[in-house]
Amino acid sequence: MSQLQELTCTLGEINFEGHTFNCLPIKGSQQVLQVLVSELDEMPIYVTVTDTQMLCITYLCHKQEVRDDKRAELNNAMLEMNVAMPLSSFAIVEDYYVVFGALATTSSTHDICKELVTLAANAYDALEAIEEFLN
Amino acid sequence: MSSVFDKLWTALRGGVREIGDAVVDANGIRIFEQEIKDAQANIATAKKSLTEVMARKMQAARKVDELAQAIRQNEGYAEKALEQNNEALALDVAGKIAQMENDRNEQLAIVTRLEGQIEQLKTHIKNAEKLIADHERELALVRTTESVQKATEQVVENVAANNSALNSARDSLERIKKRQEMKQDRLAAGDILAAELSDGGLDAKLEAAGIKGTKADASAILARIKANKAG
Repeated sequence: MSQLQELTCTLGEINFEGHTFNCLPIKGSQQVLQVLVSELDEMPIYVTVTDTQMLCITYLCHKQEVRDDKRAELNNAMLEMNVAMPLSSFAIVEDYYVVFGALATTSSTHDICKELVTLAANAYDALEAIEEFLN
Repeated sequence: MSSVFDKLWTALRGGVREIGDAVVDANGIRIFEQEIKDAQANIATAKKSLTEVMARKMQAARKVDELAQAIRQNEGYAEKALEQNNEALALDVAGKIAQMENDRNEQLAIVTRLEGQIEQLKTHIKNAEKLIADHERELALVRTTESVQKATEQVVENVAANNSALNSARDSLERIKKRQEMKQDRLAAGDILAAELSDGGLDAKLEAAGIKGTKADASAILARIKANKAG
């Protein structure tokens, strides 16, 4: 059983700090798991495992959704917010602004749950923070 | 050393990132992996040589010690021969000592040479190990980039298959706000309900005290019917 399959089974049973997890594997050659955190399910988290780490990504918005005249300011704001944001960071993947967290592949279930809940909450906050930069 | 890494970086910065375009060609990764394998094989060979050279050095060093001991012993013999005024015997011993000293110097030279080789091999191994660590880190970087891109493509495709766009931030915000409003409305409704319920409690008390009465009263109804009839 792959790590993501195991994670799907584990997360299905867990109640972490009042949140439950709804998992859905995404089709394709790369193993990706969509995780919805209850109460924070507007921002789905996509989990993928590489050789060295477990990546949890939420897609904030496409570059095109950002006002052209505000893009530089947004990039700067994200860099400045990066360190303060608990456990997560901003990044750009394939023209999408994302918030992501990286875990060691050996992380415990507790660590993974903490990451997922924190990331979802961060994504909510980030979404509100970037509203003024959107078209 | 990190040509693939440079290529990846260039590709990333060049913005050749149409969805479906692989940034790093599989061939590049294979070459990289081969380089790591070669370096690992190199280390294995170097480590084998290192043990051999170290064994040879120990052997030579032991010989040096043995010769030094034998020289001291023979010097003792020569002294004793001289004490006995046996110059000829002392000279014989001295000749043997000379031979042994030559041998010892030869062995010492060998030890020095082997020590140099050992240092070289150790440096070589350390460099190869560092190269491997660097390559593996870079390879992980390339692989992760590939994985994340693939994952994103799959997510985009998957969401598109369900006839929705991936996270329009505005839509998400709108939905979040609506849900927050709903939650607040629910809370407000709860408050109203709670207030009504507590009002109800008050009514009951007023009724019980006979101050406020809405309960149908049989005698009052009968009086009303009688009054109607009389009228």
